[in-house]
Amino acid sequence: MRNICIIFKKQLKDTLKNKTILIQFILFPLMTVVMENSIQLEGMAEHFFAKLFSIMYIGMAPLAAVSSIISEEKEKNTLRVLIMANVKPWQYLMGIGLYVWSICMLGAGVIGLATAFNHEQFIFFMSVMGLGFMISILAGAAVGILAHNQMMATSVVMPMMMVLSFLPMISMFNEKVEKVAKITYTGQLREILYNMSWDLILNNSIVVIGINAICFLALFTIAYRKNGLE
Amino acid sequence: MIEVNNVHKKFNQKVVLKGIHLKISKGEIFGLLGPSGAGKTTLIKILTGQLEFEEGSVKILNKSVKELTGEDRKKLGIMMEQFGLYDRFSCMDNLKIFAEIYRIPYNKVKESLSMVGLEAAAKIPACKLSKGMRSRLQLARVFMHTPQIIFLDEPTSGLDPATSRAIHQMIIAKKEEGCTIFLTTHDMEEATKLCDHVALLNEGKIVEYGSPQEICTKYNHQKRIRLRLYDGRNLDFTHAKDSASEIYSLLLKEQVETIHSSEPNLETVFLELTGRCLQDNE
Repeated sequence: MRNICIIFKKQLKDTLKNKTILIQFILFPLMTVVMENSIQLEGMAEHFFAKLFSIMYIGMAPLAAVSSIISEEKEKNTLRVLIMANVKPWQYLMGIGLYVWSICMLGAGVIGLATAFNHEQFIFFMSVMGLGFMISILAGAAVGILAHNQMMATSVVMPMMMVLSFLPMISMFNEKVEKVAKITYTGQLREILYNMSWDLILNNSIVVIGINAICFLALFTIAYRKNGLE
Repeated sequence: MIEVNNVHKKFNQKVVLKGIHLKISKGEIFGLLGPSGAGKTTLIKILTGQLEFEEGSVKILNKSVKELTGEDRKKLGIMMEQFGLYDRFSCMDNLKIFAEIYRIPYNKVKESLSMVGLEAAAKIPACKLSKGMRSRLQLARVFMHTPQIIFLDEPTSGLDPATSRAIHQMIIAKKEEGCTIFLTTHDMEEATKLCDHVALLNEGKIVEYGSPQEICTKYNHQKRIRLRLYDGRNLDFTHAKDSASEIYSLLLKEQVETIHSSEPNLETVFLELTGRCLQDNE
């Protein structure tokens, strides 16, 4: 637990000095605050921008952050120093995962508060976001472990982010794209957020999200078994 | 403190280490000399448990390296060229992370920084440090938790003479505190100056072992004395009685500018044994 906290603290300090990662965390909450409070169109769904940017937030921020952090530490060999200092790989991964999840949840909290959800809606929104972040962190960690350096991680994570964050958005305007988007967890989370109710969550959505989570967990496990944190 | 018996290591089909035997006692500075690609870093990685090996045994702190616990590892300090620093963090913050991991009080961080002469750079981010300063910061990180065994992989490689000298002094100070130091180098002067014992490694094999003095004496085949006279002539004499009177008379006549005995240095011994130079660029 102690080492997890040390990694968490280290990462927090590092993020404040790392503008690339910092922007990932701030961008979507900030855009939501601005758009929700400045644009109101007739016939526009309730909390349209909050829901739209939340899904993009899930599909982008944790993926980019986790893969970048892990691959950078591998590339610069700071991870090896941590491991030699008796920080266990699982402690490191937990520290990074927990950190990114917490910061993203903070961003989600800002989106939630800026959107003036009621109490129940806020809890629902945060639960959905929390789940989405977890799956994205798993995917990001798998990429970070597989990539040999930051450049490779970015080139792998970029198309993933495009699919996971833009596909659900484009699916609003195109039925064919919607069919594809529905097989992604972000696509299903968009549906869930759109309905904004526990009762309206479809079994189908749970299955798709579950399969996505299992796939990324499997990818993470394979990556870890193959490369470890080397 | 460190015992290596018949260690073999290969990467795919390429054999990198061939039957390495070593014994290093407590409080000793041991130098592993060899040109680039001889297997020095591979051996350090094996000794520190970063690499598996096919055959043989390695004992560190009287335990098989494969059985070292996390607490045992905390008794080791490792500085490898490729071990990185957190570039965005200041020198102080770089050390604070490890102070927390090793449960060392923060005042030790300041102490370590001043020991390596970086107290004035405490708040400077690591990315703005020169190569020499980065090496010293890495050393501070290694020394901070007062390890029992310190592994240094080419600690002065590419550094200016002044920084190298400062690092040599720190290494000697650590030895005086009772640390065992295992260093790799291809700088024979460094090895001669610092090491109690050295092993010459070539193509994965130890070709010679002993104290630098012993090795140089052992390979002193020529046993010659060379005099350079003020008139520009060089005269060679053997280690024989006859030579003594001649040298004496030249000295009396104040004709001798310099006198050199012919014992080899580690570089020439290595060259004699392997036909290769320790430093590839030479």
